[in-house]
Amino acid sequence: MSVSDYIPVIGLEIHSELLTNSKVFCTCSAEFGGEKNTRCCPVCSGMPGTLPIINQRAVEYAIKAGYALGCEINKFSVWDRKNYFYPDLPKAYQISELNLPICLAGAVPIEYEENGEKKSKTIRINHIHLEEDAGKLIHDDLNGVSLCDYNRCGVPLVEIVTEPDMRSPEEARTLVETIALLLQYAGVSDCKMEEGSIRADVNVSLMRKDATEFGTRAEIKNVNSLKSIYRTIEYEIKRQAQILDRGGEVIQETRRFDANKGETKAMRSKEDAHDYKYFPDPDIKQVNLRDEDLERIKASLPEMPKQRLAKYMGFGIPEKEAKVIVNTKKISDLFEECLTHYNNPKSLVNFINGEIMRRINLGEIDIDKPSFTAADVAKLVEMSDTDKVTKNDAKEIFREMAEKGGDPEAIAKANGMLIVSDTGRVLEVIEQVIANNEKAVNQYKSGDVKVFGFLMGQCSKELRGAATPKVIKEELEKKLRSL
Amino acid sequence: MVELTVKSLREKLDKKEVSARELTQAYLDRIESVDKKVESYITVTPEAALSAADKAQEKINAGEASSLCGIPLAIKDNICTEGVKTTCASRMLENFVPPYNATVMDKLENEGIVMLGKTSMDEFAMGGSTQTSAFAKTKNPYDLTRVPGGSSGGSAAAVGADLCAAALGSDTGGSIRQPAAFCGVTGIKPTYGRVSRYGLVAFASSLDQIGPVARSAEDCGIILNAISGYDFHDGTSSRLPVDDYTSKIGMSMKGVKIAVVSEFFAEGVDENVRKSVLAAVDTYKAMGAEIIEASMPSLKYAIAAYYLIASAEASSNLSRYDGIKFGHRADVGGSYNDLIVASRSEGFGDEVKRRILLGNYALSSGYYDAYYGKAMGLKQKIREEYADIFTKCDLIITPTAPSVAYGINENISDPKKMYQADFCTVTVNIASLPALSTTCGYDENGMPIGMSIVGKMWDETTIIGAADAFEKQFDRIGASL
Repeated sequence: MSVSDYIPVIGLEIHSELLTNSKVFCTCSAEFGGEKNTRCCPVCSGMPGTLPIINQRAVEYAIKAGYALGCEINKFSVWDRKNYFYPDLPKAYQISELNLPICLAGAVPIEYEENGEKKSKTIRINHIHLEEDAGKLIHDDLNGVSLCDYNRCGVPLVEIVTEPDMRSPEEARTLVETIALLLQYAGVSDCKMEEGSIRADVNVSLMRKDATEFGTRAEIKNVNSLKSIYRTIEYEIKRQAQILDRGGEVIQETRRFDANKGETKAMRSKEDAHDYKYFPDPDIKQVNLRDEDLERIKASLPEMPKQRLAKYMGFGIPEKEAKVIVNTKKISDLFEECLTHYNNPKSLVNFINGEIMRRINLGEIDIDKPSFTAADVAKLVEMSDTDKVTKNDAKEIFREMAEKGGDPEAIAKANGMLIVSDTGRVLEVIEQVIANNEKAVNQYKSGDVKVFGFLMGQCSKELRGAATPKVIKEELEKKLRSL
Repeated sequence: MVELTVKSLREKLDKKEVSARELTQAYLDRIESVDKKVESYITVTPEAALSAADKAQEKINAGEASSLCGIPLAIKDNICTEGVKTTCASRMLENFVPPYNATVMDKLENEGIVMLGKTSMDEFAMGGSTQTSAFAKTKNPYDLTRVPGGSSGGSAAAVGADLCAAALGSDTGGSIRQPAAFCGVTGIKPTYGRVSRYGLVAFASSLDQIGPVARSAEDCGIILNAISGYDFHDGTSSRLPVDDYTSKIGMSMKGVKIAVVSEFFAEGVDENVRKSVLAAVDTYKAMGAEIIEASMPSLKYAIAAYYLIASAEASSNLSRYDGIKFGHRADVGGSYNDLIVASRSEGFGDEVKRRILLGNYALSSGYYDAYYGKAMGLKQKIREEYADIFTKCDLIITPTAPSVAYGINENISDPKKMYQADFCTVTVNIASLPALSTTCGYDENGMPIGMSIVGKMWDETTIIGAADAFEKQFDRIGASL
C-alpha cells in the first residue's frame, strides 16, 4: 500500500481577526501592535466586577463574513462561555458561540490547478461563530519567566468551520486563500498571516479507496501560514498512511505543527481533551437581528471578487489578466481608483500587471504601504498613452515613484523625459533645418527620399525629445510637400 | 442622631442643625466604640469620609444638596471602590484595590454621599451568616451570640447597630433581604437589570443585584432613586425609565390585592415566623387590602434549581482568580497549573470551594442536561408560576426566612440545612422580581422577624409604598448596644 491507496479527508477551522476599531467587549483599540499591555483595560483584562459590552460592529462584520461565504445568517444567536485556565486568558473563559452561532451553513467555490489541469469544487461551510481572541505569552527562557501581553485579548475573531470536503493539501490551501480573499473584499479582515490575523486548525484523516466511512482524524492546532497548512497536511497524510500500512490505528488526538522540522507532534489525546463546560454567558443578552438589519448589512457589502472579475472582463480584459488583478484585493482597489482618474482599463491593466506586479514580486513595493498614489499611476499611464513620455521612460519614472513617490510629470521634467508636443516649436525647428540644409531639401524634392532620414535626425536632435518622432515625421513631411 | 432615617438626617443637614462633618464624626465615633463587638466593617475610611463630608457641606451651604448629599453610608465589600480595598471578604482579594468605581459608586459620589467604609459579608457573597468572611465574622446587633444573616450581614448589622445611616448590599438569593430581616432593618432587591452590576464582583451574574439596606422603606426608595438606571457598562441593565420610588409613600392600601402563597408558610417555617407574617397580612387586610390565596407548586424544587444555577455561574466567574494578574498568588515554583492550583487552594475558603466544585460538576460534559439544563427548565417554570400569580394580585407576602437569626455555631456544619433556609428568598432572584424585607414582629427573645413583599417586574414603587404603609403603624424596636 502507499499514500495513493488512501483518500485524505480534510476539514478546517479557520480563525480570522476582524478589522473593527475596538475590541469585541470593550472600547480598547483592536489595532495590531502597540507597546505591551497598553491596549487593555479592566474589562478585557478580566478585573473583578467588570462586564463585557458587545461591539455591534463586530456582530455586523461577522454577518458580512457570513454573506461573503454564502452562509445563512442566524437571526437569534447566543453567547457562551468556554471555560479553561491559561495565563493568556484573563477571565479563564473565552466568550464564544457554541450552539447558536451567528452564521449557519454556507458554501465557497474554489478553483485550482492540479497537474496542469484546471479543477473546481465547492467546499461547504458548517457555520461561522464570533468569539474573542486571547492574549499572548512571551517566554523568557533566559530569566526562566513567562510574561503576558493582553493587547490582543478581546480582539474579535470569527471561526469558520468547514465540512470535511477537501481531499488534498492543494484544495485546503486554495480554500484558505479563497476565504482570505473573500474576507478582504468584504472589508472585515485583512487576513495577514504574519500578524496572526488568519490561522487554521487542520483536521486530517485517511480512508481506504474502497471504504464508506471516514477514518479517525487528528487535529493539528494553530497552523499559521498557507505554506504550513499545505506541509502539515502533506506530512499528516504520510504519517497516517504509514500507521495504517503497518496495520495500526490512527489515534484521535490534538497535534501541533513544527514548521522548522516540517513535522506534526502529539499534544494531547482524546482522553485528555478539555471539558470546556460551555454554558450561556449571563452577562450578555442574546443577539436578536431583524430582517431590516440583515438587509442593511447585506446591502453594505462591497463588490466581491466575482463581481469585479465580471466587470473587468466586460471591459474587454482577458480572463487571465483580470484574475491577476482580482486575486489581490489591494491591486484591484488600486486599479479601481486608477479608473476614476483615467478611464482606460486595458492600458491600466497592462501597466499594473506588467510593471507594478513585477516590482511587487521583486519585493520593491509593499502593496499595503505603497509610496505612490493611484492618481499618480493613472497620470503616468495616461502620459505614456498620449506620448508625453516614451514607454521606456514611463518605466523609469515609475521606478522612482515606487521608491519614493512623486508626481510623474515632475519626475519626467526633472529628467528631461517630458515630450512637449509644442507644434509651434516643431514647425520653427523644421523651418530652421530646411533653411540650413538646402542641398538635402533639393535632393528630396528631386525624388531622393532617402535624405528624409537625415532631415528627421536633424530635427529630432534640435528638439531633444520635446516631440515624438511621429509628430516630427508628420510635420516634416507636410512641410516638404508644400515646398 | 445616628439612629435617624436618611430622610430625617436630610432635614437636619439642610436646616444646619448638624454639619456633614459632625454627622460623619458621630458615626466614626460609634464605629470606633461599638464595631469591635459587631464587626460589621472590614475597612473603615475615616479621612476620606471626613473630606467627603466637607465637600458635601459646601454643596449644602450652596443650596445644591440632593437627597443623599452628606449622608454617611456603608458599602458592601464586593462593590468596587476606586482606591479603596475591595476584598469580597476573601483571602484571595485581601489586597485588591480596584482602579475603578462600580457604577453605583460613581452615582452615589455624584450625589455627594459620605462613604464610611466597606462592610463584611460571606466570602464572595456565598452564605447566609457572614461567618464565612475571612476578615470580620459579623454579629447580630440584637444578640451578639447570633449571626446577622448574610451575605450582606455587615451592611445589615451596620444599619441595625446605627453604624451608618444606610448601606448598599447585594442580593443573589436573599443576601439583602435575609440579613435585613435578621437585623431588624429594611432592604430591597430591585428587579434584575434595574441597578447596574458594573463593578459588583460577580457571584452569579444572572441573579446578582445591588440594593439598599436602610431603616425604612422610604429610605430604600430614596437610595434606589439614586442608584437605578441604564448603564452602558452593563449590557443587562434596563433602558426602562427610572420611576420615583418614593412616589407611593402614603398610598392607600384600599383595593390593593395581596397574595398569600401557601407553600411559603408550609413545613419548615417556624411557628412564630408564620404567625407574625400572617398577622402582618391581617394588618394589610384591616387597611383595606384584598387578600387572595395562591399556590406555587415548583417551590419545592427552587433550592435545587437555585444552587445549580448560582454555583454553575460562580464556578466560571471565580475562575479568573488564578494568581496570575491580581489577588493571592501562592509562593510555589513549577508549572502554570501548579501555580493556579496552589493559589486557589490557599486563597479560597471552604464554602467557596464547595460551590466551585458543585458548579463545575453541574456544567461537566455528560452532566449538563441532568443538572444545569434541568435547573434552567425549572427557572422557566418558576417564572411562569409567578407570572400566573401576578395576573391575580399586585403584591405577594412571604416570610423572609423560616426562622429568626440563629446562634453563631448553629447550622454552619450542615450546608444542606443552610441552603434549605434560603427557600423563601431564592425564587425572587430566579424570576428577576423585586422584593423588599421589613420587620413585622419580634420573637419572645426580642429577635426581629422579617416579611417579604414581592412585586411585579419594575414595580418597586408599589412595594415601597406598601411597606411604608405597614412600617408607619409598626413599632420598630431598635437594637441596644
